[in-house]
Amino acid sequence: MSVETPLIGDFTAAPAQSRLAGARIGVVTFPGTLDDRDAARAVRLGGGTPVALWHADQSLHGVDAVVLPGGFSYGDYLRAGAIARFAPVMDTIVKEAQAKDTSAAALPVLGICNGFQILTEAHLLPGSMIKNNHLKFICRDQALRVENNQTAWTSQFTDDEIIAIPLKNQDGQYVADDATLAQLEDEGRVVFRYVGGNPNGSRNDIAGITNEAGNVVGLMPHPEHAVEAGYGPDDTTGMRNGTDGLTLFTSVISSLAGATK
Amino acid sequence: MPRIIVEVMPKPEILDPQGKAIVNALPHLGFTEFSGVRQGKRFELTVDGEVTEEILQQARKAAAEMLSNPVIEDVVAVRVDDEGDAA
Repeated sequence: MSVETPLIGDFTAAPAQSRLAGARIGVVTFPGTLDDRDAARAVRLGGGTPVALWHADQSLHGVDAVVLPGGFSYGDYLRAGAIARFAPVMDTIVKEAQAKDTSAAALPVLGICNGFQILTEAHLLPGSMIKNNHLKFICRDQALRVENNQTAWTSQFTDDEIIAIPLKNQDGQYVADDATLAQLEDEGRVVFRYVGGNPNGSRNDIAGITNEAGNVVGLMPHPEHAVEAGYGPDDTTGMRNGTDGLTLFTSVISSLAGATK
Repeated sequence: MPRIIVEVMPKPEILDPQGKAIVNALPHLGFTEFSGVRQGKRFELTVDGEVTEEILQQARKAAAEMLSNPVIEDVVAVRVDDEGDAA
């Protein structure tokens, strides 16, 4: 990649001139969000331009896609993601993700961890998350199989590619009723599946899913923590060299910038 | 001040990890007679004035749309808790 690596914590300055920088990706901050800076940095490293979005602001400021990052929005009060769903910014995201009240294409939305929980509470994705079956907080590198590379966020993965990104949560057990699970499986909407053992009791080993249109994707593990050599999971090239998560960001950024696969 | 009590429980078919942890811990304190525990939530909604049928209806709506997530939980009770009720 020709993009110059920015300093850690610096994501406000414009990146190196590139046609990809025209892709503006919003990153929403709720009270209690933790990983917004990491997500913004992942957008930078993917070549796009991160735009900070605020939970209380209905405007998406013209962004081309939105990331709902991880953390503990509103302290996980009531249920994880339950209060964040009612934030003003979510009204706009829900409308644009479903391409309602607009003639534009449906807004690509990625929900990571708590962001995934918010997407299920907002009914953009089916099912819900409950506490891990062993009740412990997990923090480890996790292998996943990419089972759907037709979504806005996974188009640059190869079919059934095995990737490794960090997993860190307490309420990560994906549950849905049997009819919903059957529908997700039949329609190929399971995007990421845990491999090498189920870490939390999720039904059908599901780690991430998409909506029917493929523009909304949610997953429990954290791609934004595996975007930079030296800070990712271990891989065959060395310790902490894993950057598999970056592909989610480059997938959406490339397609928004009009690049071909 | 009258209150409306809303009770929410995890759906029967959903594994309740917290309840399972509690039932496993009970015998350690000598409570050996309980073979199962399920943990739910109780909300107390305070009303300034009388609880009308309309307000109760609003409470039912709030219970269904916000206080519970129908994917994983059931609303098992929405009832008025009058003052003096020792519940």
